[in-house]
Amino acid sequence: MYHDVINLVFCGVGGQGVLLASEVAAQVALEAGLDVKKSEVHGMAQRGGSVFSHVRLGRRVFSPVIPLGKAHVLVAFEELEALRYAPYASPQARILVNTLRVNPITVLSGEASYPEDPLGMLKKHFTNVEAVDALALAIEAGSPRAVNSVMLGLLSRYLPFDPRLWLTVLEQRVPAKAREINVKAFGLGRELSS
Amino acid sequence: MKVLLSGDEAVARGAWEEGVVVATAYPGTPSTEILEALATLPGVHAQWSPNEKVALEVGIGASMAGVRVLVAMKHVGLNVAADPFMTLSYTGVRGGLVVVSADDPALYSSQNEQDNRHYARMAKVPMLEPVDSRECKELMEEAYHISETFDTPVLFRITTRIAHGKGVVELGRRREVSSKGMELDPAKWVMLPNFARDRHPIVEERMERLVSYGESFPGNRMELREPDLGFITSGVAYQYVREAFPRASVLKLTLTYPLPRARVLDFAGRVKRLFVVEELDPFLEEQIRALGIEVVGKQVFPRVGELSPELVKKGVEKGYKPSFVAFPDIPQRPPSLCPGCPHRGVFVVLKKLKVTVFGDIGCYTLGALPPLSRLHSCICMGAGVGMVHGAEKAGSSGRMVAVIGDSTFYHSGITGLADIVYNRGASTVVIMDNGTTAMTGKQGHPGTGVALQGEGKRIHLESLVKGLGVDRVRVVDPYDLKAMEEVFREETESPEPSVIITRRPCTLITPGPIGFFSVDEDLCIGCGVCVKVGCIALSMVGEGEERKARIDRHLCYGCGVCAQVCPKGAIGEDEGVS
Repeated sequence: MYHDVINLVFCGVGGQGVLLASEVAAQVALEAGLDVKKSEVHGMAQRGGSVFSHVRLGRRVFSPVIPLGKAHVLVAFEELEALRYAPYASPQARILVNTLRVNPITVLSGEASYPEDPLGMLKKHFTNVEAVDALALAIEAGSPRAVNSVMLGLLSRYLPFDPRLWLTVLEQRVPAKAREINVKAFGLGRELSS
Repeated sequence: MKVLLSGDEAVARGAWEEGVVVATAYPGTPSTEILEALATLPGVHAQWSPNEKVALEVGIGASMAGVRVLVAMKHVGLNVAADPFMTLSYTGVRGGLVVVSADDPALYSSQNEQDNRHYARMAKVPMLEPVDSRECKELMEEAYHISETFDTPVLFRITTRIAHGKGVVELGRRREVSSKGMELDPAKWVMLPNFARDRHPIVEERMERLVSYGESFPGNRMELREPDLGFITSGVAYQYVREAFPRASVLKLTLTYPLPRARVLDFAGRVKRLFVVEELDPFLEEQIRALGIEVVGKQVFPRVGELSPELVKKGVEKGYKPSFVAFPDIPQRPPSLCPGCPHRGVFVVLKKLKVTVFGDIGCYTLGALPPLSRLHSCICMGAGVGMVHGAEKAGSSGRMVAVIGDSTFYHSGITGLADIVYNRGASTVVIMDNGTTAMTGKQGHPGTGVALQGEGKRIHLESLVKGLGVDRVRVVDPYDLKAMEEVFREETESPEPSVIITRRPCTLITPGPIGFFSVDEDLCIGCGVCVKVGCIALSMVGEGEERKARIDRHLCYGCGVCAQVCPKGAIGEDEGVS
């Protein structure tokens, strides 16, 4: 049913750079000569709410939305959001999780409580869960805002594209003054052992 | 050159390549990025209008003057513009005119999920529906060709998945289309009853010619594969069908209204089982059934929300169950007012005074959600202003106000306020003036003087409301809770109509922080009153005696609203930082 298409889900909290990261991945695929489709939601959904982006790449892509259970990689910028978008991931998917917890307003106001062990919940169902403190690596690279480049570096290990292509696209997409930091952050993410 | 564009960006690019000279819109998700993209291209006058009705009227004027025009709006925007749209069908156009309607199945950012394909049928205008970004651009050529050949506006209907989906688009050059000049023809443009009566048969005859055109239109493509299973579909649903059943035969409709009847009959005769797959209403299905064709549609596919590849699969194969892992009981993460949002304090005070609040559309609609929970209605742009007056005339007691954003006030609040003044109401209207159209991403509006392509002229808000006959106009800082409380008490008790302007720029315009606040743990009693202002920078940590409020320094904007509600004075501003 879904041959030859690679499916990526990016998710996190509004303001974390989720959409920019997915934009870079899609552009890399385009420059590698593939067909690409991408789907996300703007507007009300972004005011500190949950944010996602689907990226699909291959010889020919139809649906902009990834069918449930068919994503090859889930790139989660926050632990609770990893759980929320897990339904898109296949059981064999790479689940790349930034070990960060951002309390949603429902938890802050006492209506709900944050799950105690999201990573444990994921590991029960998925064999390839990789948890990374991307914030620490971003700070090491020079800025807490470079979390998305760390996550892209990590993702790049699992996609068949030349790292130089990733860096070229990344450099085009981030502001000039943040280039060096983001390149370094990408490198730190890519060097992580799996 | 091949680039990755959203459907919105591709619509803009297509219109530009087709020589569009005038483009208008009011921002609205998921259509906003169309005009934002067009505004950056040369040779186009692109503007935000105060609302969609005006945007379309400006577009009609430009068309009558002979140039190609694009007007864009979200689905509910076409309700606002429906008045000119219906009669535009009668007058037809001079320069090609395309109206983009961006529908929002699943209500990602809307108050309903109406299916605007019905507008094509009601207004009797042709409708095109692209399946991806590539078609968003390429179909523009067809759209302007149809508009000018058949003397009709064209409805170009997209949905959120098309508008905010991205795909590969091949860029082309701009075709310079010279103006045809003004058309002064009263029988065509002055819709007095006797002229309009003559136009109606022309409209009916035009639609019949468009049926014939659609029969041979290459966009209405028969894709014959295996004959056992056939689908008639359009828009993003086409992609879901191809994904779920790559070997099935498909009649892909692009000119979806009027329906190419002979082509549908031809296709139906070539497949054994026939399904109609469309999001929301059975728009195609009912017309296809009326041709006497047996099809399966809404018996098996949902009428509500979006479709997906698995919903298509499930509808066709009984018992199909996609396998996936879900964690159903995890906490929701709804959107909330940003740290430092000037709307927050307004709701805190309205809550304290137990005011009934009639609202409408904007970031401030989020004031309805816990923990603020202080907005009691949201129908459409401007609705609260009329509703508070209605509730007053119904004899409702207790404090009541309407709240409306500045951009929304210029869009649809002015006439409601005129109603209150004219009919001797005593209602209070709170204009939450954050100096932008925030929810859609800080677009300008008449009250800001910021136009889409540069500087506009600012319309002074206080002068406007005073000009409407409101004598009691108060301006207050929404970061000052005490001052607001006093003003709200006075104005809701006054027997005259009043306007309270709560003025502070949106934090998107003035990114902070403007200061930092922190909790003195010795003074904090852990009561949790501060977290009830609904700010993600605030949380309670620890248990029992050790339970204390904490402010996240990375998130704090420095508005100080939490400090003002703390009963123990435990939250204070840090010295020496800015």
